Amino acid sequence: MAKPEPVQLIKQRRDQALAGLVGAVPYIGFLGVTFDRRGDELTATLPFADRLIGNPLLPALHGGATAAFLEITALIELSWQTIWPQFETLKPDAQGNVAMPQIQMPKTIDFTVDYMRSGLPRDAYARARVNRSGRRYASVHVEAWQDNRSRIFAQATGHFLMPEMAAVPNAPSAGGAVSGAVGG
Amino acid sequence: MDISKLTDAAELAKAIPHAQALGMSFVEIGQGHAIMQLPYDEKLIGDPQTGVIHGGAVFALMDTCAGAAVMSHPDAKGYTATIDLRVDYMRSATPGQILRTRADCYRYGRSVAFVRAVAYDEDEARPVAVANGAFVASKGE
Repeated sequence: MAKPEPVQLIKQRRDQALAGLVGAVPYIGFLGVTFDRRGDELTATLPFADRLIGNPLLPALHGGATAAFLEITALIELSWQTIWPQFETLKPDAQGNVAMPQIQMPKTIDFTVDYMRSGLPRDAYARARVNRSGRRYASVHVEAWQDNRSRIFAQATGHFLMPEMAAVPNAPSAGGAVSGAVGG
Repeated sequence: MDISKLTDAAELAKAIPHAQALGMSFVEIGQGHAIMQLPYDEKLIGDPQTGVIHGGAVFALMDTCAGAAVMSHPDAKGYTATIDLRVDYMRSATPGQILRTRADCYRYGRSVAFVRAVAYDEDEARPVAVANGAFVASKGE
């Protein structure tokens, strides 16, 4: 039996996978969105920049920038939950490198944003919760705040079409039926 | 900002930093309706495998256009803000094609304005997305 891997290796592998997921999407880079990870929990940050302003008189964040930030957070959370269970089964090659799971992005079916107060010219944070995660589609809720966690300035609910090959293995009843369909 | 003073549509888009950053421009502003466009750009890609632009960019275009439709309404005085907006993504926008959207403010009430919008690429027979939203109405202070 192989002994358990050192915690640093596991963390490094998870951080690499997250960076790969986020770094592959040009629009995430354009907006400047970054992700922090604590275990499987992700928090997205939208650092304030002048190009995010929609109303220069207030000034306030553009509703479209806020919406995109929420949608990015939902999509990354959903993809993250899809690949998360696979970390435990990855095997390093002779050089000790691990091929990261490659997944397709889910597709947004619909996205509804609720603007509760205007976005201030400051950094914004968001977390997403996958409320339903089925084989065909998922339902995700996202909340964004700025200085004060309890004062949400925008929230959204979206439905997403899951990629064909990535069966979602995080249902409580999944048992040992973890998808082996994702190669690479 | 009083939209009636910004008769030059190009000037209006420049007044919105985020719209300018994405490369949006106005095609037309009427009395309660607006048409905007967003040229394809690699920085807007949401799916690196297909080159399809991110839903967030489509949302931003439709939100901006819907807000402009509200502000261009004959009863409108001053700026507006989105209360809520729902976008249904009916298909992927074709990579490389310009995205256009038309928004109509079909009801301008005392405190709320209602808008619907449609987005399409070069295949105008098959919309890319439709949106419905509620915006802040201000009939002047």
